[in-house]
Amino acid sequence: MAQANITGEMIGNSFPHPDKWKWYHYFTFNVDHKVIGIQYLVSAFFFYLVGGAMALVMRAELATPSSDLVDPNFYNALLTNHGTIMIFLWIVPGAIGGFGNYLVPLMIGARDMAFPKLNALAFWITVPAGLLIVGSFFFGGAQSGWTSYPPLSLITANTAQSMWILAIVCAGTSSILGALNFIITIWKMRVPSMGWNDMPLFCWAILATSLLALFSTPVLAAGLVLLLFDINFGTSFFRPENGGDVVMYQHLFWFYSHPAVYLMILPIFGIMSEVIPVHARKPIFGYKAIAYSSLTICIIGLFVWVHHMFTSGTPPWMRMFFTVSTLIVAVPTGVKIFSWVATLWGGKIRYTSAMLFAIGLLAMFVFGGLSGVTLGTAPVDIHVHDTYYVVAHFHYVLFGGSVFGIYAGLYHWFPKITGRMLNEPLGKVHFILTFIGTNLTFLPMHELGLKGMPRRVAMYDPQFQYINIICTIGAFVLGLSILPFLINAIWSWSNGPKASGNPWNAKTLEWTTDSPPIIENWDVLPVMTEGPYAYGEEPAEVSS
Amino acid sequence: MQGAIEPTSDTAAVAEAHHEEHHDFRVIGLITFLCSEFLMFAGFFVIFLVYRSAAAEWPPEETEIELLLPAINTIILVASSFVIHYGDTAVKQNNVKGLRKWYAITAAMGAIFLAGQIYEYMNLGYGLTTNLFSNCFYLLTGFHGLHVFIGLLLILGVLWRSRREGHYGAEKHTGVEMAEIYWHFVDVVWIVLFSIIYLLTLV
Repeated sequence: MAQANITGEMIGNSFPHPDKWKWYHYFTFNVDHKVIGIQYLVSAFFFYLVGGAMALVMRAELATPSSDLVDPNFYNALLTNHGTIMIFLWIVPGAIGGFGNYLVPLMIGARDMAFPKLNALAFWITVPAGLLIVGSFFFGGAQSGWTSYPPLSLITANTAQSMWILAIVCAGTSSILGALNFIITIWKMRVPSMGWNDMPLFCWAILATSLLALFSTPVLAAGLVLLLFDINFGTSFFRPENGGDVVMYQHLFWFYSHPAVYLMILPIFGIMSEVIPVHARKPIFGYKAIAYSSLTICIIGLFVWVHHMFTSGTPPWMRMFFTVSTLIVAVPTGVKIFSWVATLWGGKIRYTSAMLFAIGLLAMFVFGGLSGVTLGTAPVDIHVHDTYYVVAHFHYVLFGGSVFGIYAGLYHWFPKITGRMLNEPLGKVHFILTFIGTNLTFLPMHELGLKGMPRRVAMYDPQFQYINIICTIGAFVLGLSILPFLINAIWSWSNGPKASGNPWNAKTLEWTTDSPPIIENWDVLPVMTEGPYAYGEEPAEVSS
Repeated sequence: MQGAIEPTSDTAAVAEAHHEEHHDFRVIGLITFLCSEFLMFAGFFVIFLVYRSAAAEWPPEETEIELLLPAINTIILVASSFVIHYGDTAVKQNNVKGLRKWYAITAAMGAIFLAGQIYEYMNLGYGLTTNLFSNCFYLLTGFHGLHVFIGLLLILGVLWRSRREGHYGAEKHTGVEMAEIYWHFVDVVWIVLFSIIYLLTLV
């Protein structure tokens, strides 16, 4: 068959078969969506380690009530950049850029994304973003929190703050370019046999995410440009002394940054909807409910942002409106949760590492979601605003949710990406350590918050020390939990047992090609003969 | 990247078979991108309108704006949107000469618009930092001007490429079309911008 002889040479990128790729191939302007996916995943994971190290320094500082380990200004720089890195350089590029780029074309039976060069460009724009964030530490680091509210952001560390703004603009541009690529790819490039409602739910999730990124990111960019002008060019958009308005910034910021919460969780919901049916050996419960609830979240999610601003002099009607809309947006999320539980119900569950992380996510995300509902209610929010209760809430959804989901995805698709199986016992050790570490770190923070410990401070009242020490121990358990994963991933990538094309007996199209897939994914494009979740029609083979 | 390797007839046929389903999505890609970009302008418009509604006097005394020159500029820019469409129609009838003529006129009109804008800036008597109104005024018009400049570069790019025989034709004009769509976008944004910055001062 002549087509089997296709090499990279002939399609315009000079790459040999994936088996023969060297490490340096991943450091080039490569247009293959699989290479770009790996580039995103690995660079995002690198920044996860950087951001994690920052968190450990902060937790070490918080082991004692006084500020004795690092300079308080440096502490502020750490908390600002910890948040920024984890959001803009780890979860968003990892979940959307990494899994999205790697999996979407494979799942819909396309040979690549709609705009391969634009795709590569979108990845390489994140590199200056990373360099700017790291480089800003030579200028003191941005110190006004990841929200960068003026007037604080106008008066502290101007150079570092400007670098921070440019970094976010780079990351945002990358995310807009990526989003438009996903939308066109999913819209136009599905195999002919795949209708909208035959599409894997991960693709629905990426579609909803992309729409959200496309419409909300530019508004943040507008706000940040104004902030940049205020800092560097003498304008007064956010300087009240000259007629500017600081609350305006908050509106612009949260119009993007609340949807950013969904940017970080919708792809994870997509991963859940893939991992759970495969390892529970059951068709997904409520396919359409899950698919359309992603779109519902994406629409309602654009109208809840003021719940971050209940204490910013917000008028009562606004508090009322945004409390109600916030409670409504919990409904489509609940639809998904119940659908996954119903999928698990009566399934032949295989407790693989991927499945453990997915089930762990389910438990922790429900917890984080419920604290989110309490926070979205104005009367409660005003009481606990800017306390550790907020920190506890968003770490339950972002760590217990997003990071667990990325881990589930990594365990699930590692065989596809690398052609090697991960070591399962090490994976389980990783899961147990992560699960214990997460709850040990973030559960006590609820109590700290309710008792009134403010967030974003290096010093605190000695009465809180006992609980803080528990959090710090938990954080170091979390730090330790990375090790089994890193060892596992690095060792298995070169020495793990070879993976077949479909080691989990899954039904989605990415498993119909080799592991790792060849250039352009298939010799002959696959045809969908059954639904993506048609499990249970023949006896399931249990492979682990 | 394309054309770097001279494929043999055999491999070319295979490569083509591999790529037969790759449609050209560049036009809808651009439109999707412009939707996103429009939201950025929308952000600026909302900021402007909110500051306007909160201010006692808008624009404040000493920072009044001139209306005649921008009105002429508006006419030029809106007219150029029609002119560029003639170029697009021409290329679809395989008339590259017509394309070059109409695109050159559009480019000239765009350049006049930018020159008019700069002339206006130089004669206003206040700068970016004078007050909140002037902050908004220069930022919005400047940001739009930047887009006009990019559109102008796209049009010049089309003109440059059209020198080569057969680069554009009745069946091959995606680049022409994209420059035109971008130009219409710049035009539409200007109409909104002109309405809220200039015309609203008359109310």
